[in-house]
Amino acid sequence: MIDPVPPALIFIIGALIVPFFKGKLKSAYLLFLPVLGFVNLISIPEGNNWIVGFLDYNLVLGRVDRLSLIFGYIFHLISFIAILYSLHVKDDLQHVAGLVYAGSALGVVFAGDFLSFFVFWEMLTVASIFLIWARRTKASLDAGYRYLLVHAAGGLCLLAGIVIHVNQTGSIEFGYMGLNGLASYLIFFGFGLNCAWPVLHSWLTDAYPEATITGTIFLSAFTTKCAVYALARVFPGTEALIWIGAIMTGFPIFYAVIENDLRRVLAYSLVNQVGFMVCGIGIGTHLAINGAVAHAFNDILFKALLFMSMGAVMYRTGKINGTDLGGLYRTMPLTCIFCMVGAASISAFPLFSGFVSKSMVMDAAAGGHMRGIWFLLLFASAGVFHHAGIKIPFFAFFSHDSGMRPKEAPLHMLIAMGIAAFLCIFIGSFPGPLYSLLPYPVNYVPYTAPHVLGQTQLLFFSALAFTLLLLSGIYPGEMRCVNLDADWFYRKGARLFYRVADRSFNWVNSVCDRVFVKGLAGSLGRLSRDLTARIALLILVSFWILRGVSGKKLEMKKTNFYNDILEGTLPVGIGAGLAAVFIILIFVLT
Amino acid sequence: MQNTENGDQKAKEYLFDKPKNVKLLLSCFYASLLILLIIEFFVHKHPHFAWEGWLEFYAVYGFVACVVLVVAAKYILRPLVKRREDYYD
Repeated sequence: MIDPVPPALIFIIGALIVPFFKGKLKSAYLLFLPVLGFVNLISIPEGNNWIVGFLDYNLVLGRVDRLSLIFGYIFHLISFIAILYSLHVKDDLQHVAGLVYAGSALGVVFAGDFLSFFVFWEMLTVASIFLIWARRTKASLDAGYRYLLVHAAGGLCLLAGIVIHVNQTGSIEFGYMGLNGLASYLIFFGFGLNCAWPVLHSWLTDAYPEATITGTIFLSAFTTKCAVYALARVFPGTEALIWIGAIMTGFPIFYAVIENDLRRVLAYSLVNQVGFMVCGIGIGTHLAINGAVAHAFNDILFKALLFMSMGAVMYRTGKINGTDLGGLYRTMPLTCIFCMVGAASISAFPLFSGFVSKSMVMDAAAGGHMRGIWFLLLFASAGVFHHAGIKIPFFAFFSHDSGMRPKEAPLHMLIAMGIAAFLCIFIGSFPGPLYSLLPYPVNYVPYTAPHVLGQTQLLFFSALAFTLLLLSGIYPGEMRCVNLDADWFYRKGARLFYRVADRSFNWVNSVCDRVFVKGLAGSLGRLSRDLTARIALLILVSFWILRGVSGKKLEMKKTNFYNDILEGTLPVGIGAGLAAVFIILIFVLT
Repeated sequence: MQNTENGDQKAKEYLFDKPKNVKLLLSCFYASLLILLIIEFFVHKHPHFAWEGWLEFYAVYGFVACVVLVVAAKYILRPLVKRREDYYD
């Protein structure tokens, strides 16, 4: 048996070889990588592996415990599904970027020290940006640049926090910290940005819908979940997270209701789902952390499934706006069914995966007697069914007939969606295997009669509200429009900044040009040219006036003398005299 | 009547093209709502919060939450944030 290697390496080094394969062999190779990675993963012993000395510190490239392992499993699983889904892509850039991205995510979750953690964290950003740019439209290019700048700012914040932390404690160990002092706040903020906290979230809803069809599947899985992992590792039980998470679950659903781009609707619901995880980590009890991690696991699957179904629609029709779609169930029935499985899972219908994990967070909130939080989460649960559960499938596959009769999605896409859909139902119906992987022992029973009934009532009556609002015409119609969000501040703010900078700096520039370049330098030049002549004239004129020279003759004498000095055609005596005057002048002045 | 691009090809009838099927679906839906309301009388509850024990709490909350959500999104949020599609260009 070959010794295991750090999980990140298989993906990152494996990615670099992708361009050397062609055709079927390449497909086989791509699918082989996550399988190889998984075999490698399960042969790694628990504890700290691959401790590498670097400067005065020890890097830990493989800290394997129950928390990192479950993220490792799901990252391998989703890599396999996403690669299967993207087999039709001929663009090597996307394959390489996707694999490096997945590898970086594995690097993040298995890092046992802040230094290697930070390196992989930044690689996440760099790799993922190519999945956005690979769409090669102007919108994706612009969104990619914004994504890069926002993440660079967050990354620098995190780095500053890490540097201060290491400086203060002398340890680079990546472990529990809690909120105390500047370093922890900076790190907290850095995590929060990747986690898409309210106001910091708009990079996600801005960039993800602009990525390639297959790129979005990767994107939806890794960046935010790595941040959730980091929060669970460093800040479990931090009270601020409870409220941050609860607000995250609430506000995006309002946007999702009025958004037209269906992938952007999913991006908003991604923020909403991550909110449940953040909230669970904030509550910090074993039940809550288990719930957060289990929900991250399930969310990766059902969110990928939803993005895949919308991707398939986009692949076949070239359209993704609610205004352009509708009635596709006729010719894409399987995609439609898979989409509805994803929708049922995200809405936490009994027997679907969301039910067995989201309720853990809800119950943890109730167990802590957090009334306001519990009401907010319940509101978000009803709301998520409304926009992700009903709106997505309804506007894409039912609603008005768009007249389009596209072919069913390609086989490899259907298989990828089928695997994800199967897992959603399997986990929902048999939560035991998932529960056995969670960081803490589980003695939670999701399927009790009142719980099932309450949740079903909640969802069915949400559906009733949707039906009645739609039939009565109150439901907001899909519109072609842009909805302002927090990214307004930097998208418009950047232009304002540019204009202000343009006006003020260029004004200073032009004033300097006028005063110094054209004005001062010119007059200095003139002075240095005829300063001696003027001084000599001053002396001589008074001398001439004393001798009674006046009028025209004086003028003539002045002009002649001035020209003589400038041209240097003075008699030697006067020249010597002037030189003497000049030397005396310098002597006096200095 | 939905025609495909080939005008002469007879348009195929799909599941929900018949109003009868839509009606059937809706009736099933309304019936299941009713059943859900009735079942509650036969389920023994052990609530965390007092209001979880109230009759039909979840049903009412789900309905009200969604109406509030849609109305707020349509009449408050949309007028505030809606801009032309080329706003940022």
